[in-house]
Amino acid sequence: MTITVNGAAVSLPNDPRVSLLDLLREDLHLPGTKKGCNQGACGACTVLVDGERILSCLALAVQFEGRSVTTIEGLGMPGALHPLQAAFVEHDGFQCGYCTPGQICSAIGMAEEIRRGVPSHVTSDLSSETIALSRDELRERMSGNLCRCGAHNGIIDAIAETFAPKTALAEAAE
Amino acid sequence: MTPFRYSRATDVADAIRQSGDCNTRYLGGGTNLVDLMRETVERPEALVDVSGLSRDIEELPDGGLLIGAGVRNTALAEHRSVRTRYPALSRAILAGASAQIRNMATVGGNLLQRTRCAYFYDDDGSRCNKRLPGQGCDALEGFNRNHAILGASPSCVAVHPSDMAVALAALDGVVHLHGARGERSFPVADLHRLPGDRPDVDTLLEPGELITAIELPPLPFAARSTYRKVRDRSSYAFALVSVAALLDVEDGRIRDVRIALGGVAHKPWRAFKAEEVLRGGPPRAAAFTAAADAELADAKPLAGNGFKIELARRTIAAVLGELAGETA
Ligand SMILES: Cc1cc2nc3c(=O)[nH]c(=O)nc-3n(C[C@H](O)[C@H](O)[C@H](O)COP(=O)(O)OP(=O)(O)OC[C@H]3O[C@@H](n4cnc5c(N)ncnc54)[C@H](O)[C@@H]3O)c2cc1C
Ligand code: FES
Ligand code: FES
Repeated sequence: MTITVNGAAVSLPNDPRVSLLDLLREDLHLPGTKKGCNQGACGACTVLVDGERILSCLALAVQFEGRSVTTIEGLGMPGALHPLQAAFVEHDGFQCGYCTPGQICSAIGMAEEIRRGVPSHVTSDLSSETIALSRDELRERMSGNLCRCGAHNGIIDAIAETFAPKTALAEAAE
Repeated sequence: MTPFRYSRATDVADAIRQSGDCNTRYLGGGTNLVDLMRETVERPEALVDVSGLSRDIEELPDGGLLIGAGVRNTALAEHRSVRTRYPALSRAILAGASAQIRNMATVGGNLLQRTRCAYFYDDDGSRCNKRLPGQGCDALEGFNRNHAILGASPSCVAVHPSDMAVALAALDGVVHLHGARGERSFPVADLHRLPGDRPDVDTLLEPGELITAIELPPLPFAARSTYRKVRDRSSYAFALVSVAALLDVEDGRIRDVRIALGGVAHKPWRAFKAEEVLRGGPPRAAAFTAAADAELADAKPLAGNGFKIELARRTIAAVLGELAGETA
């Protein structure tokens, strides 16, 4: 029984009680993924599974047998940052940094959902094939990631610049 | 978390076979069950993972839709037929939880998620008849702002938290079950019970029964349906009150209507009384308020949640007004 983490196959834990989050942090020594609430409420533990964002604290590792997990360590490291990581630095998208890995994984998953045309709670026309990327859309889609430092404005700026440059420009000009 | 065995079901028959023991639970996305196991509110000895079964959404020859129980919440909300023919369902799902949770959660698990009453969650500090029958209910005299105004009992005032289930109840959804004794199906609106003196039993499911699918009937006027959720934050919060509604207006008369309420009862609350008042009448604001009043006539407030009665009244009227405006 294996699971792929950042490209490498690793064994699943023998004890099914181990969450995906604890597997990453405790067994694989990948502490980038954070444990905020451990109950699904904060988003700090967000990782990508086969490209989809999920909460690793509410998942048992064994549920993900054969799947491919990407954590913040797999997205970019110092010297070779993912463009979104660089944008977070540029736009002050954090203060203490605790929520940041979850925010970044979440935003990358979000970009794929938008590309696929997944609507959100604030999408007015459900029948539309494409999503008009307003700041309201970005905020709603990122609402599962809390930031206790209140860096949300910088976070949305960084995401808008990376995934919706036209939106960012349009609003900056207003 | 107490120790448990984990296995994956290969198909429906395998799942039912493996669930033979009463202390076995099915596992969907795990977003509610894993949380409750960590809080020791749930202590199953074995989990049978059914999240890989029934993951298709099928168009039925009669124009309805058959939704597998393993379909993820996101996949259901983004499905083209759901968005265009049953928009209240897309809206309800998208109003619930967060994108990450919707990517994990299954349709079956969403329907059977348990109440968010804080006393139910607090295994070592509070009394709760739902968690431990006969223990008493700390919500009755405690913090009950989020609790029920309809159909509650002296044993339990908890509400069912699902948004999706409210839309399914309004859309005449039917739940399909498989168990050791065969298959059966009944309306989603009948799946959940009122608490009575057995609040520990949430639904009519028998131990080991598996939800395999939800069927949506062809309901042409459902294309004019919506879901409105009123909550403390504009996102990522459970409903204080929510309304799913469909309205069919022809020649200035309400030909047909469906309304269901969330956040007000131990189950998704189908507002049959309000529907009755409206059918055949004019789609006017006064009629909408009269219908809401008829439904809420039996509402009973607790110390902390009296505001929900007025909130439900106004939300019902506002949602019907919105749908009537669209059809005008
Ligand atoms: C922070 C947070 C906020 C949330 N906010 C909302 C909200 O605003 N609105 C909302 O509606 N929900 C909300 N939720 C709840 C979320 O929608 C549910 O946790 C989710 O839908 C459950 O689905 P699951 O597949 O993960 O279920 P699981 O946790 O896997 O299972 C839940 C229950 O269903 C049973 N089960 C699962 N599948 C089947 C089946 N096929 N047949 C029989 N039994 C089955 C399990 O045994 C278990 O008892 C929130 C959750 C969290 C953590
Ligand atoms: S640690 Fe997973 S959501 Fe908070
Ligand atoms: S930067 Fe501190 S929690 Fe977000």
